[in-house]
Amino acid sequence: MQTRRTFLKAAVLSASIAAIGGLSSSAWAADTIKVGILHSLSGTMAISETALKETALMTIEEINAKGGVLGKKLEPVVVDPASDWPKFAEKARQLLSQDKVAVTFGCWTSVSRKSVLPVYKELNGLLFYPVQYEGEELEKNVFYTGAAPNQQAIPAVEYLMSKEGGSAKRFVLLGTDYVYPRTTNKILRAFLKSKGVADADIIEEYTPFGHSDYQTIIAKIKKFAGEGKKTAVISTINGDSNVPFYKELGNAGLKAKDVPVVAFSVGEEELRGVDAKPLVGHLAAWNYFMTVKNPENEKFIKMYRDWAKKAKLPKADTVVTNDPMEATYVGIHMWAQAVEKAKSTDTDKVIAAMSGQTFKAPSGFTLKMDETNHHLHKPVFIGEIKADGQFNTVWKTKGPIRAQPWSPFIPGNEGKQKL
Amino acid sequence: MRRFLISLGLALSLCASGAWADADPVALKALASDDFDARLGAIATLVAAGDADARRILTALSDDALAVAGERVVIVAGEQVLDAATGAAIKPAPASPESISLNNSLRQQVNSALAALRLLSDDRAERLASAKSLLSDMGEGATLLPLLDKALKQEQDGEIKPILVQLRAQASLASPDAALRLQAVKDLSNSASPAVKALLLGLLEKQGDTFVEPDEKVRAEAQFAVKAIDSRLVWSDLSGRLFTGVSLGSILLLAALGLAITYGVMGVINMAHGELLMVGAYSAYAMQGLFRSHLPDYVDYYVVAAVPVAFFAAALVGMAMERTVIRHLYGRPLETLLATWGLSLVLIQAARLLFGAQNVEVANPAWMSGGLQLADNLSLPWNRLVIVAFSGFVLLLVWLMMNKTRLGMFVRAVTQNRPMAGCVGVPTARIDTLAFGIGSGIAGLGGVALSQIANVGPDMGQGYIVDSFMVVVLGGVGQLAGAVWAALGLGVVTKFLEGWAGAVIAKILVLVFIIVFIQKRPQGLFALKGRFVE
Repeated sequence: MQTRRTFLKAAVLSASIAAIGGLSSSAWAADTIKVGILHSLSGTMAISETALKETALMTIEEINAKGGVLGKKLEPVVVDPASDWPKFAEKARQLLSQDKVAVTFGCWTSVSRKSVLPVYKELNGLLFYPVQYEGEELEKNVFYTGAAPNQQAIPAVEYLMSKEGGSAKRFVLLGTDYVYPRTTNKILRAFLKSKGVADADIIEEYTPFGHSDYQTIIAKIKKFAGEGKKTAVISTINGDSNVPFYKELGNAGLKAKDVPVVAFSVGEEELRGVDAKPLVGHLAAWNYFMTVKNPENEKFIKMYRDWAKKAKLPKADTVVTNDPMEATYVGIHMWAQAVEKAKSTDTDKVIAAMSGQTFKAPSGFTLKMDETNHHLHKPVFIGEIKADGQFNTVWKTKGPIRAQPWSPFIPGNEGKQKL
Repeated sequence: MRRFLISLGLALSLCASGAWADADPVALKALASDDFDARLGAIATLVAAGDADARRILTALSDDALAVAGERVVIVAGEQVLDAATGAAIKPAPASPESISLNNSLRQQVNSALAALRLLSDDRAERLASAKSLLSDMGEGATLLPLLDKALKQEQDGEIKPILVQLRAQASLASPDAALRLQAVKDLSNSASPAVKALLLGLLEKQGDTFVEPDEKVRAEAQFAVKAIDSRLVWSDLSGRLFTGVSLGSILLLAALGLAITYGVMGVINMAHGELLMVGAYSAYAMQGLFRSHLPDYVDYYVVAAVPVAFFAAALVGMAMERTVIRHLYGRPLETLLATWGLSLVLIQAARLLFGAQNVEVANPAWMSGGLQLADNLSLPWNRLVIVAFSGFVLLLVWLMMNKTRLGMFVRAVTQNRPMAGCVGVPTARIDTLAFGIGSGIAGLGGVALSQIANVGPDMGQGYIVDSFMVVVLGGVGQLAGAVWAALGLGVVTKFLEGWAGAVIAKILVLVFIIVFIQKRPQGLFALKGRFVE
């Protein structure tokens, strides 16, 4: 039933794409390269992941319009793992062994990535993972186009501790209860310790996925902040829990000037569902903001807006772009470049061709895939939320920085930086 | 070091203010630079100048109207572009000036500076408002000290003056004069604000081996003041926590009240109860859409209109379920359980088809946003207050219906002794349908309340079904009063546990508690007394 439905859905989608691309059905039945798209289109993560599916389809269409890869059109295969972690592995296996996709673009939460890893290793598949994550992982079959902790979390905390960011001395580490927030907070705790912050000045709080009652936690933050010294909140809350969290934050009158909240999983897309006015001044750290000004970004935004209208997305006139969407876009283009270079879609040949690939990204920088660690060199931006739900960049790095997937703040990680 | 820098900045700016016309472009250029310290210094310069020019520039800065066009710093005022230094309009207007944006700390500095400048205004209301705004948000106080002194000297008003004294005390905590600091701490000890407490605690901090506050007398006084403030905060803290518990309890009650009728009174194990909540929440969403497109002036009242709509929508769905499926399964609990679970899947899928798999956005109306500030550390969010009141209202309605109406009497009669009720002419089949409809309708009302605080999506109901059964079972099957006590009790206990052990552990502990409780007392908190015909 489930597979039949997703099959139907995929078929309908592919058909609509074929229609949009103006391809005749005979042209692409002949010879295509299949590309898997593995994002939750329902459940708690749908708020974030649906836009990534759209971006992937848009990018594939863009590449096809320019003649495809190796002279063949790309054919997207969309599946919906429904925010259900074991189902991610099931769907990944289906993509690899049944649909025989050349590459998969997918996953958001680290728990879903961990769930599909064994499948990609076993069947020697290729996964592009577009979201910032906790590091502590380096797999031959995965390319990480999102940020490692030193490209997002660490610079954000350094900013909060600087005079410019309000000289925060106490920290609330708040997250959803799973591997990404737990690991990130472990790294941050070690980092803060190295900066001389005492254990008594850090509290950690976790909530289940889909949690919707943030009263106690907000009250706790208020109390903690009232015990002296400037306090900041570092939020690794994921998925639709962010909406009730920010609603409660606004209603409780906790202003950014008193207790700034910096979030690692909240971007333009998540803020669409919230009234951003009470949240003005709260922060997010990413490697791309929609408000970044450069010709590549203008092109990217326009392309996505046109796509939204064409694909008849809900509220197509207000669609936004965000960091994981940019990472998806960059990832697909880099993969296409690598396939052209390798003259093959064979996993091992593409992996070899990926190293050192560069792409002029919408963030305004030319990003490079590191030669040894499968991560992108990325710039870091810190932005404050504006009343319209967009970000005002208040700090950025001079250029792209290299990822350290194995955090130097966790003992035993020395010498693990390469594959 | 920081204190030194600030006083240096102040000294510099005081020198500069004499020759204002010359310093102005320098300060303006610094504002547009990337260097944080330079920008902070420039703001201090403008504050110290305090004249109309400076006020104009600071206001523009706070409104994000200050911009850079080429080499010039300009103010963008609608169509016009003014030169920031002179206030004269530039013609022709330069193309695409780039706005100067502030980060949190700079914005706070600018806003508090503007508020401090307004302390000298002739309008009493304006002075009072700015004094109050400074109280909650002063930023780097030392910059404002000269202004506060000046304002305090001029101020005659009995309400504003004490606030100014407190402001001055806050600002002079960093003063180099120990006697001044001691007086400041004494002035602050009768405050009840956590912000002041944080300031005083800052004095007691150690930096390396030395205290931040070198004078021992001041430290002792600060310790005393912190204790005094703490004793004032403890009550508002406790009542805040109690309120969060009551608020969670009221939500549990709204979710469970419908089930208390369908399961508690009628004995139908309805696994699709959560989906009836979902129907109610989507009714609120649909009403919001209707109001937005047809009655945009009254969009804030869509919630009110959603209440009856949600009731009837959920009641209709419930009655349809009863007529088609549940009716044929009375007295067969296991089959009912499976059939209603299947129905719940059907309803979830139907919502996916109608509204899409993603969550939909249901906005709080303006009158339900924000909070009621009762004390400095106690603000009760309006949406939760409204929901607490609403659950009381629904409870009253249900009680009246069950105990004061003919229908309620019939429902009770049928559930207590079906054959006898039928013998005396009660149409039992119709009563079943109606009672199930009412129970479902009340679940719909709960859904409207949930739409205001939680996410609205096709599978939102799944999260509440366990909680709802928990409340009904704990309260005692067949008892409305039991459901009320169980909901409030669970709410308060959960919230106190959360405060102590975190949300994840609290959830586990509550479930364990209920399992143990049901083992010891299977009939729930309130057992029905009297004779029943099963």
